[in-house]
Amino acid sequence: MSFWTRLKDGLGKSAAKLSTGITDLFTKRKLDAAALEEFEELLITADLSPRLAAKLTEKLRKTRFDTEVSDEEIKQFLAGELTTLLTPVATPLRLEAGLQIVLVVGVNGNGKTTSIGKLAHYYAGLGRSVGIAAGDTFRAAAVEQLAVWATRAKARFYPGDGTKDAASVAFQSAESAARDGVDLLFIDTAGRLHNKEHLVAELAKIRRVLLKSIPEAAIQTVLVLDATTGLTALSQVEVFKDAAQLTGLIVTKLDGTAKGGMVAALADAYGLPVHAVGVGEGIEDLQPFVAKDFAERLCSIDAE
Amino acid sequence: MFTSLSQKLTGVFDGLRRRGTLSDADVDTALREIRIALLEADVALPVLKEFIAKVREKASGAAIVKSIQPGQMVVKIVSDALVELLGAEAVPLNLAAQPPAVILMAGLQGSGKTTTSGKLAKYLTERQRKKVLLASLDIYRPAAQEQLRQVAAQIKVECLPIIAGEKPEAITRRALDTARLQAFDVLILDTAGRLHIDESLMAEIKAVHALSNPVETLLVADAMTGQDAVNVAKAFRDALPITGIVLTRMDSDARGGAALSMRQVTGAPIKFLGVSERPDGLEEFHPQRVADRILGMGDIVSLVEKAAANIDQAEAEKMAAKMQKGQFDLDDLLSQLRQMKKMGGISSMLSFLPGMSAMKDKIPGDAELQFKRQEAIILSMTPGERRNPKLLQASRKRRVAAGAGVDVPAVNRLLKQYEQMADMMKKFGKMSKKDLMRGGMKGLFGGQ
Ligand SMILES: Nc1nc2c(ncn2[C@@H]2O[C@H](COP(=O)(O)OP(=O)(O)O)[C@@H](O)[C@H]2O)c(=O)[nH]1
Ligand SMILES: [Mg+2]
Repeated sequence: MSFWTRLKDGLGKSAAKLSTGITDLFTKRKLDAAALEEFEELLITADLSPRLAAKLTEKLRKTRFDTEVSDEEIKQFLAGELTTLLTPVATPLRLEAGLQIVLVVGVNGNGKTTSIGKLAHYYAGLGRSVGIAAGDTFRAAAVEQLAVWATRAKARFYPGDGTKDAASVAFQSAESAARDGVDLLFIDTAGRLHNKEHLVAELAKIRRVLLKSIPEAAIQTVLVLDATTGLTALSQVEVFKDAAQLTGLIVTKLDGTAKGGMVAALADAYGLPVHAVGVGEGIEDLQPFVAKDFAERLCSIDAE
Repeated sequence: MFTSLSQKLTGVFDGLRRRGTLSDADVDTALREIRIALLEADVALPVLKEFIAKVREKASGAAIVKSIQPGQMVVKIVSDALVELLGAEAVPLNLAAQPPAVILMAGLQGSGKTTTSGKLAKYLTERQRKKVLLASLDIYRPAAQEQLRQVAAQIKVECLPIIAGEKPEAITRRALDTARLQAFDVLILDTAGRLHIDESLMAEIKAVHALSNPVETLLVADAMTGQDAVNVAKAFRDALPITGIVLTRMDSDARGGAALSMRQVTGAPIKFLGVSERPDGLEEFHPQRVADRILGMGDIVSLVEKAAANIDQAEAEKMAAKMQKGQFDLDDLLSQLRQMKKMGGISSMLSFLPGMSAMKDKIPGDAELQFKRQEAIILSMTPGERRNPKLLQASRKRRVAAGAGVDVPAVNRLLKQYEQMADMMKKFGKMSKKDLMRGGMKGLFGGQ
């Protein structure tokens, strides 16, 4: 299956919803205040955040207020805006020579461990030598879960030595990975809420410890976000970006019915790269993030 | 990020105090603010619309009570309506069945089912003296069954032994047999996370439901869920007779609008809230608290309880007595700083207070570090200086700064802060309990 059939399958419902909504709204309709309000609401139900929804609605009002608009024109407008917004953030993980470390962080259950499995498999497929380190020293059976993914992805596995100290697991795995000639080491971490200061501080500590042997430029910190998340997605990024020096995002569970919208809200507010999207629980269910296609699918304007 | 609703509404209604009833236009203005506040709290739009219609009906033409500002009154109407919707009374877990009473856990991936299963098992074992058996039907996520086994071992509850390759329905039968034979009171079935649009997995959980005939079918949902909450709730409600909702990660900063969406769509009561990662992090549901939180009104009850759980009683009484007298020295500040640290840091505390959410954003990210510095500064003072800060003239300040490893301006900042606190404490001492509840903490922090 191609990226687009997959993503479309996943996005189908939310895209279809947005699209029918737009059609109902605008077929042969004057763009008056009521229509604009409905447009704004439609954007909000797609998780675009009230702020971005208001911004886009205002832009639409400025250009088209009181004119007759067709739903097709509205969709074009929206797709255009979203593409412009998302294009700058569609960037893959940085891959340079030498050992690259990707610290994977985020709230509990967002899909960190699963995403690491998928990423490892993806990059191994591109001929990289990939390692996975079990930095989640908190959750029950976290190491066992990750071990299964390492086997599936045929990646080197650094389980740690049973210590509860995530920073030391990270440090040791980085040392070993360097020795083993690994190009790309993914370090899993325990899930943590962004409003727990001491847990967030622990991430800073992991980074500090890694910096003892790894140059800053070779460390990326990726936040995994669950697409069903509402507006706390914004506060999650807000906190982690400074505390853990985030370099990018992965958005999971785009095979559900929500999503799309929050990616745009995040791009609007923070402009952090979106490296990939998760569209299922299987090892292949990870895809690069492509702005134009994503925007068009969200508005259900099919370019095929 | 979020401005407190009551603050906004107070602004909206500033000019209206003398009028006798709320006009439709007043109500519309207020409802627009409420709509935004609820959207920012992640209440799903269809649920929100229904809710707003209900509030409009109640608020239009309502008589304004003289002593209350119209803004506050609308907030009260909204808050009451929210509480009503959330379910005014707590509905306890129903275990009235021929043992084993089966509890089926359902929900999306990563919503917190396994952790909640463990918490529930602990709760029933310890608080209700039940003999509980845990069983995992999650054969899909790697090491999921192993996770539940470890969770069970941690809390010393029995867990159905894992048989590799066994299918969920077969596990269910075995769990039921085991529970019957070994006289367990309760059987908790933890299931795999599933997308509500995944037909084959939804069929699977329906089959498990039919087989196990649960007394409770709990939908476990993340408090941080956004607009999608409606779709999820609808699909699970259509597939299963949901009897209750558990909202997890209520210890996040989510305003928890998902509670409203889930409750409204399923019609099922919210039974528990997950409030920490620990096995005892399960709380019974209090609608008023959640309503306040959704409205961004802070949560005085929670604050008080949290404070009570962490604060040394004798210490607190000493402090209260001093506050009544308007006495407050640097030793008190020190002990307050330490109490605050115990209570989970200042920003976590502020999020509980009405009107303080805006303030929260102004607290620098390194608040903990600040605490440490301030502590060091006070500890570098002599006991005499702590009791009587006026003693601290330039040379003493230099000594203190050197002792704490900071510069003199940092000492000055602390002293300034101390003065403000001392001032506040004087006000606090003059306020009656009733005033406090009504005016909220805003009055103290330079509001009116
Ligand atoms: N449907 C779907 N489920 C996912 C996706 N990514 C992860 N999951 C599931 O979400 C749950 C939590 O994932 P996990 O990787 O353990 O999260 P972690 O706690 O962040 O490490 C598991 O059941 C995963 O299978 C995705 O893209 N789509
Ligand atoms: Mg994990």
